[in-house]
Amino acid sequence: MALLEVEGLRTHFFTREGEVKAVDGIDFALKQGEILGIVGESGAGKSVTGFSILGLIDTPGRIVGGRIHFEGKDLTQLSPSEYQQIRGSKIATVFQDPQTSLDPVITIGRQLVETLLTHRPEMAGRQAEEHAIGMLKRVGLPSAAERMHNYPYQLSGGMKQRVVIAMALLNDPHLLIADEPTTALDATIQAQILYLMQQLVKDFNSSLIFISHDLAVVSQICDTIAVMYAGRIVEYGSREEILSDPKHPYTQGLIACLPALDGSKKRLKPIPGTMPSLLDLPQGCYFKDRCPLADAQCDLYPPERIVAGRRVSCHKV
Amino acid sequence: MLRFILDRLFHTFLVLLAISFITFFIMYKAGDPVQLLLPPDATQAQVVQMRHTLGLDGSFLTQYRSFLVQLSHGNLGTSFVYGEPALKVVMERLPATLELAVLAMLLSILIGIPLGVIAAVNAGKWKGKAIMLFSLAGISIPVFWIGMVLVLIFSVLFDLLPSSGRGEVYLFTSALTWDGIRHLIMPVVTLALFQLARIIRLTQSGMREVLTQDYIKFARARGLPEHKVVYGHGLRNALIPLVTVIGLQFGQLIAFTIVTETIFAWPGTGKLIIDSIQNLDRPVVVAYLLVIALIFVVINLIVDLLYTLIDPRMRLV
Amino acid sequence: MKRSSSFWSLFFESKTALFGLILFLLFVAMAILAPLIAPQDPYDLSQIYLHNSFRPPGSSFWLGTDEMGRDVYSAILYGLRTSLYVGVVSTLLSMVIGLVIGLISGYYGGWVDRLMMRLADIQLSFPAILIALIVMALWGQGINKIIVAITIVSWVYYARTVRGVVLQEKEREYVQSARALGMGSGRVLFGEILPNVLSPVIVLATVRIAYAIVLEATLSFLGVGVPITEPSLGTLISNGYQALFSGYWWTSVFPGVVLVLLIISINLLGDRLREVMNPTGGD
Repeated sequence: MALLEVEGLRTHFFTREGEVKAVDGIDFALKQGEILGIVGESGAGKSVTGFSILGLIDTPGRIVGGRIHFEGKDLTQLSPSEYQQIRGSKIATVFQDPQTSLDPVITIGRQLVETLLTHRPEMAGRQAEEHAIGMLKRVGLPSAAERMHNYPYQLSGGMKQRVVIAMALLNDPHLLIADEPTTALDATIQAQILYLMQQLVKDFNSSLIFISHDLAVVSQICDTIAVMYAGRIVEYGSREEILSDPKHPYTQGLIACLPALDGSKKRLKPIPGTMPSLLDLPQGCYFKDRCPLADAQCDLYPPERIVAGRRVSCHKV
Repeated sequence: MLRFILDRLFHTFLVLLAISFITFFIMYKAGDPVQLLLPPDATQAQVVQMRHTLGLDGSFLTQYRSFLVQLSHGNLGTSFVYGEPALKVVMERLPATLELAVLAMLLSILIGIPLGVIAAVNAGKWKGKAIMLFSLAGISIPVFWIGMVLVLIFSVLFDLLPSSGRGEVYLFTSALTWDGIRHLIMPVVTLALFQLARIIRLTQSGMREVLTQDYIKFARARGLPEHKVVYGHGLRNALIPLVTVIGLQFGQLIAFTIVTETIFAWPGTGKLIIDSIQNLDRPVVVAYLLVIALIFVVINLIVDLLYTLIDPRMRLV
Repeated sequence: MKRSSSFWSLFFESKTALFGLILFLLFVAMAILAPLIAPQDPYDLSQIYLHNSFRPPGSSFWLGTDEMGRDVYSAILYGLRTSLYVGVVSTLLSMVIGLVIGLISGYYGGWVDRLMMRLADIQLSFPAILIALIVMALWGQGINKIIVAITIVSWVYYARTVRGVVLQEKEREYVQSARALGMGSGRVLFGEILPNVLSPVIVLATVRIAYAIVLEATLSFLGVGVPITEPSLGTLISNGYQALFSGYWWTSVFPGVVLVLLIISINLLGDRLREVMNPTGGD
């Protein structure tokens, strides 16, 4: 049975300018230990998907439809306090920018212990501290015990992200949601953090949703990939199928943008145009204005079909 | 650090010197106190005699020089009106003034900060709007008018509270006797209302800014209960700039005791300064201003120290 | 301003701001039209009869009369005139002085800057009301004097705000390039920098008008503000204060209500302007 099943999730924002359908009917599932990558441009609804699962959609946003089944419960039906108990324990998260994820005026030790004790009030303070130090060691923070007394500003960006990851893993989460966890870091640190996350997820046997705009990063660690475009999933399947044989023109475009891994001097082909505004979506397929294959058929939004082992929404497949 | 303190002391010294000079000059130009002190039918000989005893017979610079000489011995001169050392006259009345200012400050902090937080958390809802409306009224109503309305309602109409005086004083304050407390209520509320309103507004805007920060969202994602997110992380960060402003506001409070003390016939320095200005009692006016300036300096110092205490980022700098 | 249409529509999205503006304009109209709409001229002793003293609010005197037999409603209309005049003129004066000093200080720097900012520091280390009180107490009452006193304590706020903006703008590319192109400092200062200074200054000025009116009223209440012969709202409240204890509440309560509403209306405008024009700072 799947650990997480998202069915027809729709999260809309009711702004002054109109209703923004940030996430508009998406389905996916995640098995225990699976790593799912969600890729797409900024504004495609990746982050909103993550925050919807966490139950952290701020006003004027709201989940207007769909269900999120997690370990047999529908998260959308939880009371605020039930949700709060799941957040930070069974479902944990890593944000994009480690510079701003940690409270600047409280030591990282206190923030770690606080996270631990919130979910395990029976733990003694000393025990919680040791547990936190142990976790800092596991994420590879040097001289962990001394670092407990540091404030965030005393750590480098990479170290901070390690602390954030340690904080996420403290309560043995079954599901980890990482929203662009390496985007704000230097390239060398990026690779280290990526490798670290992959290892830890394996060690803890937890599932991971890895959100990124960068297909190259996603393709390094994910088992399955969901490509999002303008609030919907346009292609969803295993990594091998999608990378070796992309069906949706948008996915093909993303892959064409990647520098070739074998070092051959292939020309990079950017996708022309920009994603349509979510306030002003075109009739029919949202990608048609940028699609080389579009014709009259595309004036109708394409239904989802199973093609060659993956789900894809395109008339032209 | 030592350099910082020495720098501060030197700056303070210059400011005090400038204040004494300016006040001395203005008071010198303002008129002849002897005319006010002697009965209208005094002889010329009496006038000359008095002028000599008060040290008013030299030129402006001679007078100021002898003031400085006295000052170097810690003597601020003798009050023309009370015949006592000017500093003693001021210091005797200072507790009554500080009592009002400190109590008003405490009242506005203890009520203002929680209300500001509630207003920020409930921004846009009726609760937040009501609090902000109240604070808008609070900053818009002149202090003397609040005092008058309170007197009208509680003294004139219902005869519940005394409208003047300090009541029974125990040790150095009225706050320790029931009669004293009854006398304190209206002056303190009058003085506090404007500050209270300001603190609500400052807390609200500070909190609204802090609550949009990533670390707040991350604190929620860690599963912390809402009160810990808002007070433990939100308020803690919002307090840092607030401390400076509140410190500076204390000076304003002391200044506005002039108005409050006039309305409630409170025997503090506020009433003293008004009387002394009218009587051209130069030593008292100069002593009062120097004492107030010194209080300002001390407050600023405390604020700076507090700042390094609550903001770890300031400690290394 | 080129964004004026969107500016006003944004401004009026707040119903309270609209309310504030209407209220404020109403008070301004009342003040300007006072001689036309007031039932009597409160300065003209031939229209005032002592036997009318302390009449309670009623049909002949809407808001009652004071101890001189003066119609409180008329006195309020004229008082509004004085209060608004003092508030607006002193604000304009301190705005101009603060602008000039702030521009020069920020743009040229050097000793002028150090001197001005040290002066501002000393002044800010003292509560404004105290300075104004001493100036007025020793100088005597008078409308022009109080305008000067308020200007003395107010220019600092403009100078500091303007200086801060100038220091920021000076580093911007367009100013750098204008200077590199050999544009004179006067043209850079007034042509390029000044427009950017205006938003924060307008926001500040709105808030400061309210403050100036309250300061004037407070000084008048303490007996060192405007003279009895040309009463402001503060003077009226102060005059009525003694009568309060005898139960003649209307002589000081009504002017007070008008004063409070006037300040609230200005602060409503100020709050909204700050939100719309200058989301950060201004306090």
